[in-house]
Amino acid sequence: MEKARDLPGGEPVLRARGIDKSFGAVRVLESVDFEVRPGEVVALIGDNGAGKSTLINVLTGVLRPDSGEIFFEEKRVRFATPHEARERGIETVYQDLAVAPQLDAVSNIFLGREHRRAGILGRLGFLDGGRMRRETEDQLTDLRVRLSSLEKPLSTLSGGQRQGVAVARAVMWASKVVIMDEPTAALGVAQVEMVLDLIRRVRDTGIPVVFISHNMPHVFEVADRISVLRLGEMVAELDPATATTDDAVAAMTGSASGNGEAA
Amino acid sequence: MSETPSQEGNGGGGIRGVLTGLGPALIFGILVGLVVVFTIINGTAFFNPENFVNITVDASVLLLLAVGMTFVIITAGIDLSVGAVLVLSSVVAAQVMVALSGTEQQVQNYQFPTQGIGIPAGIAAGLLAGLLCGLGNGFLITRLRMPPFIVTLGTLGIALGTAQILSGGTNVPYVPTAIQSQIGERDLFGFLPVPVLITLLVVIVAWLALHRTSFGRYTFAIGSNVDAARRAGINVDRHLLKVYALSGFLSGLAGIVDLARFNTASVSAHDADNLAAISAVVIGGTSLFGGIGTIVGSVVGTFIPAVLRNGFVIQGVQAFWQQVAIGAVLILAVFIDQRRRSAEERM
Ligand SMILES: Nc1ncnc2c1ncn2[C@@H]1O[C@H](COP(=O)(O)OP(=O)(O)OP(=O)(O)O)[C@@H](O)[C@H]1O
Ligand SMILES: [Mg+2]
Repeated sequence: MEKARDLPGGEPVLRARGIDKSFGAVRVLESVDFEVRPGEVVALIGDNGAGKSTLINVLTGVLRPDSGEIFFEEKRVRFATPHEARERGIETVYQDLAVAPQLDAVSNIFLGREHRRAGILGRLGFLDGGRMRRETEDQLTDLRVRLSSLEKPLSTLSGGQRQGVAVARAVMWASKVVIMDEPTAALGVAQVEMVLDLIRRVRDTGIPVVFISHNMPHVFEVADRISVLRLGEMVAELDPATATTDDAVAAMTGSASGNGEAA
Repeated sequence: MSETPSQEGNGGGGIRGVLTGLGPALIFGILVGLVVVFTIINGTAFFNPENFVNITVDASVLLLLAVGMTFVIITAGIDLSVGAVLVLSSVVAAQVMVALSGTEQQVQNYQFPTQGIGIPAGIAAGLLAGLLCGLGNGFLITRLRMPPFIVTLGTLGIALGTAQILSGGTNVPYVPTAIQSQIGERDLFGFLPVPVLITLLVVIVAWLALHRTSFGRYTFAIGSNVDAARRAGINVDRHLLKVYALSGFLSGLAGIVDLARFNTASVSAHDADNLAAISAVVIGGTSLFGGIGTIVGSVVGTFIPAVLRNGFVIQGVQAFWQQVAIGAVLILAVFIDQRRRSAEERM
């Protein structure tokens, strides 16, 4: 863990500066700064409604910020669609998972990136199901991810198993950044360990991970850095090596400053 | 939405699996049961190859509509305009054929000196009319973000009204008879009617497209979770445009087949075709909620009414009973679909 934190951070892979976002009259993000450096796990924490998912949506092209700038590898970017972010190597496990429940795991993992058959059949759009299946199996083995069934529609799997598919999909395709919005919310103990372990291994390959969670033990277990959002503002940055859970909770709820602005 | 923590392991899979699998098997069982029952009652009057070919010919027009409808409903859409587009296409095709196959004098004497041009041109015009209607539906649904139900209801009125304006509200007369003798009532190799061949080819191509290509995969994905499809980079609007265009085109093709079978463009015989096609698709196990469906199911769902009608006619039972039976089967199919969906949502 120490080692990872001491890595020469280098320039941020993904950086947001002065992000504002309102829904109608409701100000959800207020001049938020956020950055993700190579080889780190940065946890993003905050109470329900603090704006975590909104920030992720802004970063990945789901939502357009009202103002503010986003830089990817030092260059200003404006992702118009989530697909543009994915094409740059930024993969996201959305809080709502964004899976197609009637499709199976392989179809979901390859959705929008299907392998087609060689030759004329491929040009007609014929899919190479065998190859997609094999690659999925290989990659999942490499990642040490176990999915119960690759062939059943996700709607017939449990919530945790579906989450596993969404996590596997993100990790399989990410080349620059992985963002996970509460990836452990529906998981049992063993699966949580699997995901946390996966996060560490992804980080160790140099790909940074943004990890959103309400579970402080999980956060402290994997994070190299903790950013705290409260009511749409970035209020604190904590070092998990020195900070305590109480510090994190205080920052999230605002009780430390005691200024009562949480109303 | 999916934040509900799940307490269950994978125990629910079995029940849901059975429920999901029950639909197609049950419906196929009903079709087989009907064939068995009518065979027992009517013997070879029902169970003979010639009669089966008749049933298939009778079902072919509806089957073309049902194939297009299958794609539409899998995207969680609906196309109410198919019957009206069929009528418009066949009127356009018939009028172009009549106009280009000879002078007014000649065609009224059933002489069609230039039908070599007139018939192909008419077929092309009819298909084009269908395609344009479908593109119009797709355009309004995707660009103006209007609900498919309303858009296609509007198109229904526009297409049917236009067909009646063009034809003066009556069946189009003096259509070259060659279209009937060469297409509508022609048997290839002595046993394969051309309408059946056309429908068979369409069914095979549609099966491949739906179950083996990225086109089909995107169709399912959009119906299953349109946001997930968008986030995966699928161009949802363009795909929906294609799906509605396909439905329109197949309605046009159905119009041509209908014209070829009856040698006239009938403006009043297809008022209930849209509901018949939707029933067939839903009976065949395609989910009105989107994301689930098969071509084979829609074929079976089209044949159940066709077999019922045929069996009742042979037996001398009033054909109205067929409507009653179909209504009951439809309600059963939707019931199964809802059970399946609510089982999924309990996750
Ligand atoms: N599409 C939207 N329209 C209107 N308001 C929205 C929308 N999305 C989010 N909000 C509001 O923005 C605020 C922040 O929501 P967000 O989902 O970002 O919170 P969060 O920190 O992810 O919370 P949680 O921990 O519950 O997931 C909330 O008050 C929410 O009601
Ligand atoms: Mg959230």
